[in-house]
Amino acid sequence: MSSIGTGYDLSASQFSPDGRVFQVEYAFKAVENSGTAIALRGSDGVVFAVEKLVTSKLHEDGTGKRLFSIENHIGMAVGGLMADASAILDIARGEARSFRQSYNVPISLKYLNERLSMYIHAHTLYSAIRPFGCAIIIGSYDSTDGPQMYMIDPAGVSFGYFGCAIGKAKQTAKTEIEKLSLKTMTCKELIKEAAKIIYMVHDELKDKQFELELSWVGKHTDGKYEEVSKEVYEDALKYAKASLDDDSGSDGE
Amino acid sequence: MSLISHCGGLQENSVHDLEKDEVSTGTTIVAATYDGGVIVGADSRTTTGSYIANRVTDKLTKVCDNIFCCRSGSAADTQAITDIVSYYMDLSSIQMGEPPLVRAAATIFRNLIYENRHQLTAGIIVAGWDKKFGGQVYAVNVSGTIVQQNISIGGSGSSYLYGYMDSQYKDGMTQEECENLVLNAISLAIKRDGSSGGVVRLGVLNHTGSIQRKLFLGDQLPKFYDNVLVKPQGDISGGDTTMA
Repeated sequence: MSSIGTGYDLSASQFSPDGRVFQVEYAFKAVENSGTAIALRGSDGVVFAVEKLVTSKLHEDGTGKRLFSIENHIGMAVGGLMADASAILDIARGEARSFRQSYNVPISLKYLNERLSMYIHAHTLYSAIRPFGCAIIIGSYDSTDGPQMYMIDPAGVSFGYFGCAIGKAKQTAKTEIEKLSLKTMTCKELIKEAAKIIYMVHDELKDKQFELELSWVGKHTDGKYEEVSKEVYEDALKYAKASLDDDSGSDGE
Repeated sequence: MSLISHCGGLQENSVHDLEKDEVSTGTTIVAATYDGGVIVGADSRTTTGSYIANRVTDKLTKVCDNIFCCRSGSAADTQAITDIVSYYMDLSSIQMGEPPLVRAAATIFRNLIYENRHQLTAGIIVAGWDKKFGGQVYAVNVSGTIVQQNISIGGSGSSYLYGYMDSQYKDGMTQEECENLVLNAISLAIKRDGSSGGVVRLGVLNHTGSIQRKLFLGDQLPKFYDNVLVKPQGDISGGDTTMA
């Protein structure tokens, strides 16, 4: 790495001579080491799927989740350092709560995204603090605004998306997402595709064990963000495994 | 000692008089939702004690393009609060990139009034139209309670209107029906309430995003049964009939 040993990578408040901020770039690396997380925005909602890597067989099932609820109608998927993500989650919930207190209406995702982006970006400006080593995807559904989704990276840059991926296999995942006609698909179809993509991009040689996490928010959940029901989860899992078997089968022929 | 206490008594009285004579919008204000928007209406009298400080006041106050409020209570207090809310709404429309929600404005009114309820005399009806919830009316009373209503009346003149409103308001009225109802109500209150008077001002707020104003001068107000003197018909005692 060109940055090492030059002395320009020690502080988030110093540029390198060619205009880069290495501390922020290292924060991106932290995200690239984590398990993949994707989110898809369909016609009637947003679905989230996470490849939660299990680092020890001694861990209890369902702990160390990477999908969170920020507000009634807003969900969040994270990638990178989990402790940093928890700190952002806390800030996000605080923003949502104080907005509701002031205006007696749920916060819009657009506004929450702006607030969080600003907060994350502020951590890339000072030498005394470290940038957040995580990227987040937030999604919501509202009867007037419809489904919405944003991704914020460790630099505090954010965009609205129809489909996005973070973590280890984000490139492969993005290629798969691009094959879907997201704008016309419903959550019920997308949840299966999301599960399939996570299973597809999982690297069994490097990371043996993983847990699939699925959640959604949309018209069918009455605008509430929630983890998918057991039946939906099992269906999606079955679909994912079946399509993987098909693929490997055709490869062999 | 007795002199001091006597002076104190006088001073107390004069302070009391000043408070009593605060410029106040002894008022009739009305807001009602109809099918597609809201109508706001008010009389135009501002009094300082028994003196009419302004007989053509505009009590329909703009918070932002799509939200108006009707003020009652202390003119100074309600003006100051409205200015603050107006600032918040301007800021919010820039931050959110769209016109503010009526509910948001009403909640800020409520918070300000509730937090400062011991120092304020302010009863405000917030009315407006937004894309999300359509036409809405919120009443915030002096103690800081917020209530969403289809129709709300306020100010001293409103005491004369409760029965009329209950009997005449219907869900899903047309704009014209609703305008007439509000105009009639304020005209009736002006006749009975000494602190209400002048002209009637109406405002229509709907999907157009800005207010459409209407003004009704004193001679254009609807007429009602007006307590005309009874023409004597013979002697009430049944005696002399030559009186008529």
